Amino acid sequence: MSKATNRKNRAGRRGPLATVALLAIGLFFTGGAYALISNGTAEAQSDINSQEMIDEGEKLFAANCATCHGVNLEGSDIAPTLIGVGAASVDFQVGTGRMPLAASGPQGQEKPEQFTDQQVKAMAAYVASLSVGPPIPDPRYLDEQGDAANGAELFRINCAMCHNVAGSGGALTEGKWAPAINSTPAHTYEAMITGPQNMPVFNDANLSPEDKRDIITALAYIKDTPSVGGYALGALGPVAEGLFAWVFGMGAIVAVTVWLTAKSN
Amino acid sequence: MTAAASSYLDDRTSISAVVKEFGRKIFPDHWSFMLGEVALYSFVVILLTGSWLTFFFDPSMTEVDYEGSFVPLKGVEMSAAMASSLDISFDIRGGLLMRQMHHWAALLFIASIGLHMLRIYFTGAFRKPRELNWVIGFVLFILAMAEGFTGYSLPDDLLSGNGLRIIDGMVKGIPVIGTWISFLLFGGEFPGTVIIPRLYTLHILLLPAVIVALIALHLVFVVVHKHTQFAGPGKTNQNVVGVPILPTFAAKAGGFFFIVFGVIALMATFFTINPIWNYGPYDPSPVSAGTQPDWYIGFADGALRLIPPGLEFDFLERTYSFNILIPMAALGLFIVLAMIYPFIEYWITGDKREHHLLDRPRNAPVRTAIGAAGVTFYGVLWAAASSDLMATHFHVAVEHVIHTLQALVFLAPVIAFIVTKRICLALQKKDREIALHGFESGRIVKLPGGEFIEVHEQLDEYERWKLVSYTDYAPLMIRPNSRGKITVAQRARAGVSRWFFEDRIAPVASKDLEVSHDNTH
Repeated sequence: MSKATNRKNRAGRRGPLATVALLAIGLFFTGGAYALISNGTAEAQSDINSQEMIDEGEKLFAANCATCHGVNLEGSDIAPTLIGVGAASVDFQVGTGRMPLAASGPQGQEKPEQFTDQQVKAMAAYVASLSVGPPIPDPRYLDEQGDAANGAELFRINCAMCHNVAGSGGALTEGKWAPAINSTPAHTYEAMITGPQNMPVFNDANLSPEDKRDIITALAYIKDTPSVGGYALGALGPVAEGLFAWVFGMGAIVAVTVWLTAKSN
Repeated sequence: MTAAASSYLDDRTSISAVVKEFGRKIFPDHWSFMLGEVALYSFVVILLTGSWLTFFFDPSMTEVDYEGSFVPLKGVEMSAAMASSLDISFDIRGGLLMRQMHHWAALLFIASIGLHMLRIYFTGAFRKPRELNWVIGFVLFILAMAEGFTGYSLPDDLLSGNGLRIIDGMVKGIPVIGTWISFLLFGGEFPGTVIIPRLYTLHILLLPAVIVALIALHLVFVVVHKHTQFAGPGKTNQNVVGVPILPTFAAKAGGFFFIVFGVIALMATFFTINPIWNYGPYDPSPVSAGTQPDWYIGFADGALRLIPPGLEFDFLERTYSFNILIPMAALGLFIVLAMIYPFIEYWITGDKREHHLLDRPRNAPVRTAIGAAGVTFYGVLWAAASSDLMATHFHVAVEHVIHTLQALVFLAPVIAFIVTKRICLALQKKDREIALHGFESGRIVKLPGGEFIEVHEQLDEYERWKLVSYTDYAPLMIRPNSRGKITVAQRARAGVSRWFFEDRIAPVASKDLEVSHDNTH
């Protein structure tokens, strides 16, 4: 009798399923608590230029940026000053993961972003509070509802020589490059007004905010419309097409010639 | 019924004589003999789809406002050529499929011509009596590139306009007459309003007519000369062993046509080519990153990318652009050398015999090595045309790519020559070894005396035939001519001939075989 109970107890506490159940419970609570907390922070995002945000940004800046860019944004031998770069620049550089730099090199590389949007905005607010610079763009220019035809033409004239007509990116000198454009509308707009890395600045006298909205609309059209001609081969132009024709086209045909002339066993 | 129909036809056309004669033509079987067919069949696809495209394409540079269904170009001013190309792509049923088939088929057409030429070259099929047919084929290759380039320019999109601008620049780089030629070609200052209709006439009338005529001539020569074949038992310089045109070869070839057609249709269905809507209408100010010609013009683009800057000089109030002239001269020389290669080799070998048996590439080491060097030279130039994409995709600096390729364009062909020649000689040695001693069977036998030997198995007669039957050449001897003099040309010829044939592995003679078999294990 007692033996049977013992076995039953053992099966309850030490059975293989018990571990799984325990893990599930633990994960459920941790996950739930995390969700609650992170929801709480998201809701707290009310005014992005509040003193609270600036204070939070200052702490983050001191911990993550000041080593190179200086505690007063003054820059150093290895990093430029941030005086006057504005909130837009911080939002772009940190929001796309380019900052903090993964490694020193010809230019900062995109990588999974290291901070939450809330934290990025806080640092942007802090940098903007110390000097005047381009602000985070107004959402009405980011709605992707502009004139795509005008935007596409402006893109071809101003952007395509580095970024390629389809925004697939291209090479610059000395190991630098113009990346493929797949950012959010806000980041695209910010890139235009701040000129990150090796990109020139397209200020509002050069391309009006409406023009920028049109460009963003044209880019959204390219991104959201499925390629009509079939798989786009990276939209890289004739090199990709030639490679495909040789490797797959000629490859298939040569395989057929070998098959047709093979001797039957 | 069939009999009645055929005798009706025969009574009126005497076609049976033709069928009897032509139908019994023999074609040997080897996969590489079908590459020329691929070129022919893709050309047929190009003709069919191209004729369809002419129904809807408007070769005019009249400015119109695009009102088709592609939103990001709505209301944009462009030439009628571009607008009608967009209409073909978006508003005419099946139009985009036809455009893409036409373009993919064009890429395959020239690629298969290229592979076909390499097959002819490396097997020595250009030797007497086929030298002229090599030249005809080579002219076809150049005409195909011209067809490709004129077609690439017709839609008048940004990419094609940039391509034309480069051609314009190259033409203007010719001293003295360059500017005149450019103005003649474009009807005034670039881009003008006449170039598209002019290219259209060339693209759909003149060039295709010449190509069709030359293809016909090319094929007549194939029939007249009969097809070459690889050496084998029963295959001699005097016969052709294979399948007759009727019924086997015709059936196979017909099926193969539909396979090529199908491959092109599948490519056009599933893979975009030349999305002109991305490029937009031509405007002389913008240039896109990644602007390249189609692959077959890539070697010329690459040559322009590799030439170092600062080679432009002013002399007597005229500018001499050696950064244009040097690549043009180098490419011209390369093309001419390749075109007349059969005559060069004819002169070097002094071989006046007819050759209907093909060489295995290893059995002509120097020829194969020259071919490898040429392919490498072409390959480096070709790679240079994609220097920017190599830089972005392999994360290197574009300058490093260019400098590496600048060095390689000189070094790589030399390395390719030496390595290929050595590989050929080594393969010949291996063949000789196998012919004489058989191949290792992996079976170890212990003899009664305690000795271990590995049993070598002899090849059967069919296999050995392939290894031993090839022509052996020796360097030409210098001989005085009828007046007892040794001319400079003779000396040069003897020198080149020595370079061509001094390293060689003689084929196994039947005497050697007997000796080796007598004391074989």
